[in-house]
Amino acid sequence: MNKVLMLGNEAVARGLWEAGVNVISSYPGTPSTEITEFAAKYDDMYSEWAPNEKVAFEVAFGASMGGARSFCAMKHVGLNVAADPLYTASYIGATGGMVCAVADDPGMHSSQNEQDSRHHAIASKTPMLEPSDSAECRDFAVMAYELSERFGTPFLLRLSTRVSHARSIVELGERKDVPVKEYKKDVMARVMMPAMARPAHERVEKRLAEMTEFANKEAVELGINTVEMNNTEIGIICSGASYTYAHEAMGENASYLKIGMVNPLPTTLIEDFASKVDKVIVIEELDPIIEMQCIRLGVKVTGKEKFSVLGEFSHKTVEEALTDTEKEFLSLDEDIPARPPVLCAGCPHRGLYYALKGMGLYVSGDIGCYTLGAQAPLAMMDSCVCMGASVSGLHGYNLARGEEAAEKSVAVIGDSTFIHSGITGIIDIAYNKGFSTVIVLDNSITGMTGHQNNPANGLTIKNDPTVSVDLEALAKAVGFENVRVVDPFDIEGTKAAVREELSKKAPSLIISRRPCALLKTVRHAAPVRINSDKCIGCKACLNVGCPALSFTKRENGKPLALIDNTQCVGCGVCASACKFGAIEKGE
Amino acid sequence: MEVKNILIVGVGGQGTLLASKLMGKCFLQQGFDVKVSEVHGMSQRGGSVVTYVRYGEKVYSPVIEKGEADIIISFEQLESARWLPWLKKDGVLISSTQEIDPMPVIMGKAEYPENILGKIEDKGVKLVCIDALEKALEAGTAKCANIVLLGAAARFLGTDRDMWLEIIKSTVPPKTVETNLKAFDLGFNG
Repeated sequence: MNKVLMLGNEAVARGLWEAGVNVISSYPGTPSTEITEFAAKYDDMYSEWAPNEKVAFEVAFGASMGGARSFCAMKHVGLNVAADPLYTASYIGATGGMVCAVADDPGMHSSQNEQDSRHHAIASKTPMLEPSDSAECRDFAVMAYELSERFGTPFLLRLSTRVSHARSIVELGERKDVPVKEYKKDVMARVMMPAMARPAHERVEKRLAEMTEFANKEAVELGINTVEMNNTEIGIICSGASYTYAHEAMGENASYLKIGMVNPLPTTLIEDFASKVDKVIVIEELDPIIEMQCIRLGVKVTGKEKFSVLGEFSHKTVEEALTDTEKEFLSLDEDIPARPPVLCAGCPHRGLYYALKGMGLYVSGDIGCYTLGAQAPLAMMDSCVCMGASVSGLHGYNLARGEEAAEKSVAVIGDSTFIHSGITGIIDIAYNKGFSTVIVLDNSITGMTGHQNNPANGLTIKNDPTVSVDLEALAKAVGFENVRVVDPFDIEGTKAAVREELSKKAPSLIISRRPCALLKTVRHAAPVRINSDKCIGCKACLNVGCPALSFTKRENGKPLALIDNTQCVGCGVCASACKFGAIEKGE
Repeated sequence: MEVKNILIVGVGGQGTLLASKLMGKCFLQQGFDVKVSEVHGMSQRGGSVVTYVRYGEKVYSPVIEKGEADIIISFEQLESARWLPWLKKDGVLISSTQEIDPMPVIMGKAEYPENILGKIEDKGVKLVCIDALEKALEAGTAKCANIVLLGAAARFLGTDRDMWLEIIKSTVPPKTVETNLKAFDLGFNG
């Protein structure tokens, strides 16, 4: 049996393998990460984690110019980082087939914004395919390589959380061996100086017109764009996950134009479909891209007036907008406390934040697990923008507010995020004689995306040993004279180090170093114990915000700290918070 | 066949993903169309998590909405209360009796409701309570509470026990097979 249940991301990886891809370079980002993790399991494809998405895209594009089929993956905001090479790669075009997967996150399950990556496809004039389930993830990935080479352009493959992270059935094929193409020097086509870029732009416009023709006819024959005629009172135009919601809600009560190629859009196909139905509804998550195209074509549609630009849809969204179905449901007449995500028990970030607490600092934050420290009770973050912005943003904050502010402010940035785009920030601080103090939270892994190796932890994507970035030497090399390492579980030591560095009229880099508590290589201590004679029930220990620590009642009704032994890993940060010595080492 | 909906809910880190993966495999082997929708990323860090499992002749939407779940498998009492509205009338709720305080409760900003499962039963819900954590410890490790709950749910899915055992054997790491099989039976035999 060659039918298997696969995550959408796993199916993309399978498609890459079957398409004969040779070179893969990505930076992790939810919901795109697993594509490259699964791809790395195939030994006949080269795969790597790059320091950031720009590098990943450029590696993949370089491989395409070198004649190989290549791939890179990133989340929607990652494509902003890779946008620079994307726009010019579109001018140069692909030699070996190239696909860049970009995973949007409608509803922001794990993201800082909800941008629609189709805008990048339109603006960079790059064709974009959008699968709606795992089978199409595989199929579209395979087809994208044929089309990339035929039209001579990189392809974007747009995914979203409910496609990337849903399992459905995939029929497997075999790997096709695609030899690396012979290299031919072509300065006019590949060196983008004004004289070469002007004709390149003309080629891009011509290609877009050809691809629109392709979208109208051949894409239908290939099953990329599909028309399903049922009841013709309502005609729904949709793509990706929205198609699954629309079909679930409406079944055969509507006809469907499912668009698998979302850029360029199939103009005559849309007009033809619209002419066969009484009313056209466009169902698309996020921005009105298909709707605007319909309006341009003079096709009257209902779109964003019924379907929000905000958040994620489901079949219920469609039912509520288009039918009068109502489902009964039960609920308890109770206030149900929210359960927000928290730093794990034993997380080294907790120690660092607890040490910073009470120092009255402005904390310029960044993207990663440690962003969770923004929430109560730690509440140790003032801002979080994008990868790397903690460092450069702190420099700006201190320029605005002066030297005194620099004595009361720090940036916090994880090891992987620092490599991604914190390094240029510290160069800016040193070069421009800033005084800022930057803390790198080095937990030896890219955490939030589910444990990927990175250039600072000495392991490749395949867990092979390799060189690791020497953060201390790096900071010194760019001009930071004050560089030191602290153990975030040593609260007093960390506090003292931060105070000392803040008082210096020079830039400082503090590395808060301790591996992620979830790493298999980390050995944990026994759970801590509460000495009930010493615990006075003051609840000061709750300020560390540990999920393994709560309070219970004694027989006399007075509060007593309680350790959840299934969660506690004995890090002892809570013991630092107890003035009465009531939290003791376990055995 | 009408599409069947199973909701698996719990706290990030409790192992809901493995349970849904095993279920998906099981329905695939029985020749159904299957979709399993998971949550990765931020909520995995101790937040409220949900996985949707849907199977039938043809499944379109990967998600389940309020009033649609035939079975809810809940790894924690508060999550049973949170996701109760997703249960279909006449649906079955299989709930672990485990309680895990969320941060607002730990901080004293909210109270963990009392007697949740009793109140749910009072609503006339078909409820199966199981001390999955205790049974998991009996099997060998707290980590296999997910498989205990899977075993408890398997009784309502009409699937052959041997088929489940084979799927577990072929999915979990070799070292953990014995513990997981034991956990499954502890749940299955109630």
